[in-house]
Amino acid sequence: MLMDTALSTATVANTNPNATKNKLSMVVLSGDMDKVMAAFLIATGAAASGMEVTMFFTFWGFKAIQKEGVLTGKSLMGRMLGLMNRGGLSVLGPSRLNMGGLGRWMFKLMMKQKGAASLPELYDAAVDLGVKMMPCAMTMDVMEIDPTAFKSNCTEPVGVATFIQEAAESKITLFI
Amino acid sequence: MSEQADKKLDLKGLLCPMPVVKIAKGIKEVEVGQVIEAEASDPGVMADIPAWCKSTGHELVKMERVDKTIKFWVRRKA
Repeated sequence: MLMDTALSTATVANTNPNATKNKLSMVVLSGDMDKVMAAFLIATGAAASGMEVTMFFTFWGFKAIQKEGVLTGKSLMGRMLGLMNRGGLSVLGPSRLNMGGLGRWMFKLMMKQKGAASLPELYDAAVDLGVKMMPCAMTMDVMEIDPTAFKSNCTEPVGVATFIQEAAESKITLFI
Repeated sequence: MSEQADKKLDLKGLLCPMPVVKIAKGIKEVEVGQVIEAEASDPGVMADIPAWCKSTGHELVKMERVDKTIKFWVRRKA
């Protein structure tokens, strides 16, 4: 049973006894380096353990699936948002102690020294293992982010009903 | 002492989740019934490989720790 696995000891996990599929669904709302790292780490671990995995990205979470260096926004406010909230894995900073980018630099260096997989490596492993990544259509509209801003492995934009459908058949659901 | 292996994986220096990601990839490259031998250095592997075997149904033939090196054998079940 899944309850016996190490994964289920994560306190944020909700297990669904009526799950019809060996599947994990998660919402990635955060654009912080540490949280996005946790998201991809759990996603790759689950996929490697034979689970089907769906990640639903919204709001700040978009940064994790955006191409590097692509500016977004159409209106003045949208372009301002795009400038101040650039996307791409390399720009993500930790949720604490970022100190204007110093924290990001320090974490990246420490992870490298220890041999921990970097965010791009985790992302590639997730893609490799067939993790499905879905962007939220509504927040894309609000934030004026075009589907072309996302990496090519992402699905077409979807809505909440799609996530609910995915989550309803999943053994584990997470919100990060 | 060593088991007979059909494929060897070097997972030394890799941290979570990469050992599990690599073994998941490696197991697809052997036939059902064949065995992968792997060496890792991350102590998390001691808990994670048995958990991974439980989740996936593959058989953990043997696991041993000599100093900082963890050696294990996994048989592909399906």
